[in-house]
Amino acid sequence: MTGTHHAGTSPATDYEVVIGLEVHAQVVTESKMFCGCSSRYSGAPPNTLVCPVCLGMPGSLPVMNRTAVEATIITALALNCEIPEFSKFDRKNYNYPDLMKGYQISQFDLPFSQAGWLEFDDPANPGQMRRAGITRVHLEEDTATLKHVRDSSGETYSLMDVNRAGVPLMEIVGDPDLRTADEAGSYLRAVRQILRYLGVSTANMDEGAFRCDANVSLRPWGQAEYGAKVEVKNMNSFRSVVRAIEFEIVRQRDLLDAGGRIVQETRGWVDDRAITVTQRSKEAAHDYRYFPEPDLPPIITPEAEVERLRSLLPELPDAKRQRFADAYRMTSDIADTLTQTRALAEYFEQTVNLSGNARAAANWITRDVLRILGATGAEIDQILLTPAHLADLIKLLDTGTISGRTAPEVLEEAVSTGSMPREIVQQRGLGQVSDTDALTTAVADAIASNPKAVADYRAGKATAMGFLVGAVMKATRGKGNPGLVNELLKQQLDG
Amino acid sequence: MNLTPEDVDHVATLARLGITAEDRSRFAEQLSDVLEHFRALQALDTTGISPTAQVFNLHSVMRDDVARPSLPREQVLANAPRQEDGFFRVQAVLET
Repeated sequence: MTGTHHAGTSPATDYEVVIGLEVHAQVVTESKMFCGCSSRYSGAPPNTLVCPVCLGMPGSLPVMNRTAVEATIITALALNCEIPEFSKFDRKNYNYPDLMKGYQISQFDLPFSQAGWLEFDDPANPGQMRRAGITRVHLEEDTATLKHVRDSSGETYSLMDVNRAGVPLMEIVGDPDLRTADEAGSYLRAVRQILRYLGVSTANMDEGAFRCDANVSLRPWGQAEYGAKVEVKNMNSFRSVVRAIEFEIVRQRDLLDAGGRIVQETRGWVDDRAITVTQRSKEAAHDYRYFPEPDLPPIITPEAEVERLRSLLPELPDAKRQRFADAYRMTSDIADTLTQTRALAEYFEQTVNLSGNARAAANWITRDVLRILGATGAEIDQILLTPAHLADLIKLLDTGTISGRTAPEVLEEAVSTGSMPREIVQQRGLGQVSDTDALTTAVADAIASNPKAVADYRAGKATAMGFLVGAVMKATRGKGNPGLVNELLKQQLDG
Repeated sequence: MNLTPEDVDHVATLARLGITAEDRSRFAEQLSDVLEHFRALQALDTTGISPTAQVFNLHSVMRDDVARPSLPREQVLANAPRQEDGFFRVQAVLET
């Protein structure tokens, strides 16, 4: 990172940028974290997924959702964290209308995990990885949602829906190891990819299932202590995370260069104005008075349980990418593309298993299948073209049953109808003509009707052959076996 | 240990309580007494006793991830001072 030079009498100081991200991800479960209300709140009428536990009614008692606890520990293991044997929940006390109880059940000093790390693509060195520390992964409950209203008389108020309150929410706290906004973007993509591989969260940012706050500070190069950090919130897309951090770096640098001081505070990103604004300064900030949640017994996770959960980990993106590159001898770019999602990687491997042709499978998927997904917005498991279809198409090509020219047409029809390529070829008579007698006539016709090309060929013009092959292919509607057509043309012309 | 009136103000602010000047000094005195009581407890010798946040001999109590019906909305909103269109209506919360 180099400092931007500013006009002025003294040379601008070079600063090191320090960024740490806090990611919140909703855990995919049937029921809420501490009660049996459904956690599928999307689209539900307001306040219909609410019970005495959600409302914090006297006498109600929370009970932990085992699936959410396991998902958190599995995520922590995927992020190379240590899993302490003893952990507990705490009350984080604050008054805000998104909390019914006046506190949020979270984890303070003894979370489910700590001290992990994550590797992500180094945006400054394509093909290289960077590593960032993971401070901890812990579990808490999501809050209610608020809608801010101004009525016709100008009065403002808020409407609260408690449906989301209590949905399990995982928090992944990263060490302040990131140095650029692009690194933050890359780190965030790696986190999301792992969550999706694990299937523990949809990690969809636009649905609020995946949220990111960024802690940004600057310090003169070589200084050991961190500068005052600013927490930036309210980013609702990957792009806005990167832009908000970029803005914040420039804001802080300009302020420091002008002799100012950074105030530790929370700032909100205002997307349409592309700036951050003060939300809450240190004085009014966090005094959460954490204390152990008396209604929830502590959690003991024996080593054997940690190992059981570790054994449930699927092959993770990095390992899969490496294996694809090695086993299928593909470039890291292709391996990267095919492992973007676990479903796509599985689609590829099934196609390979059924067709026995990894190279063709990789080509068809990266070129055509991804184009189809992009055009339709469908997910890989939603399209009619299954690995069996694609493998069938590859086999038709590999056995010479169809030519490379007809294959796209067969693919399009398989995509739109779900018919097997083999059937499409049969029904529409698209099979490649490898029959010498049938092609001999077409070749003779092409020679008879293109005397100029024939003369050119005899005069030694190499392009004339291509023209004649094209004429035969046109006459056979692309079904001629190109090798055979070439051979027959040569025979007839030279013979 | 004596709490100052400023400490009381701080705690009241965190709890969203509006208190009078009279409350302030009375609470400072009462809360100081509470802390004094804990000081007495802290005088106990706890060498060899591990810290605990729980008095029950229970751990890892969990439930299966199964959804069950929630309360009817009329009951959810029954205690709400104000409601509107199925929502709790609360004072404006400024969000910048």
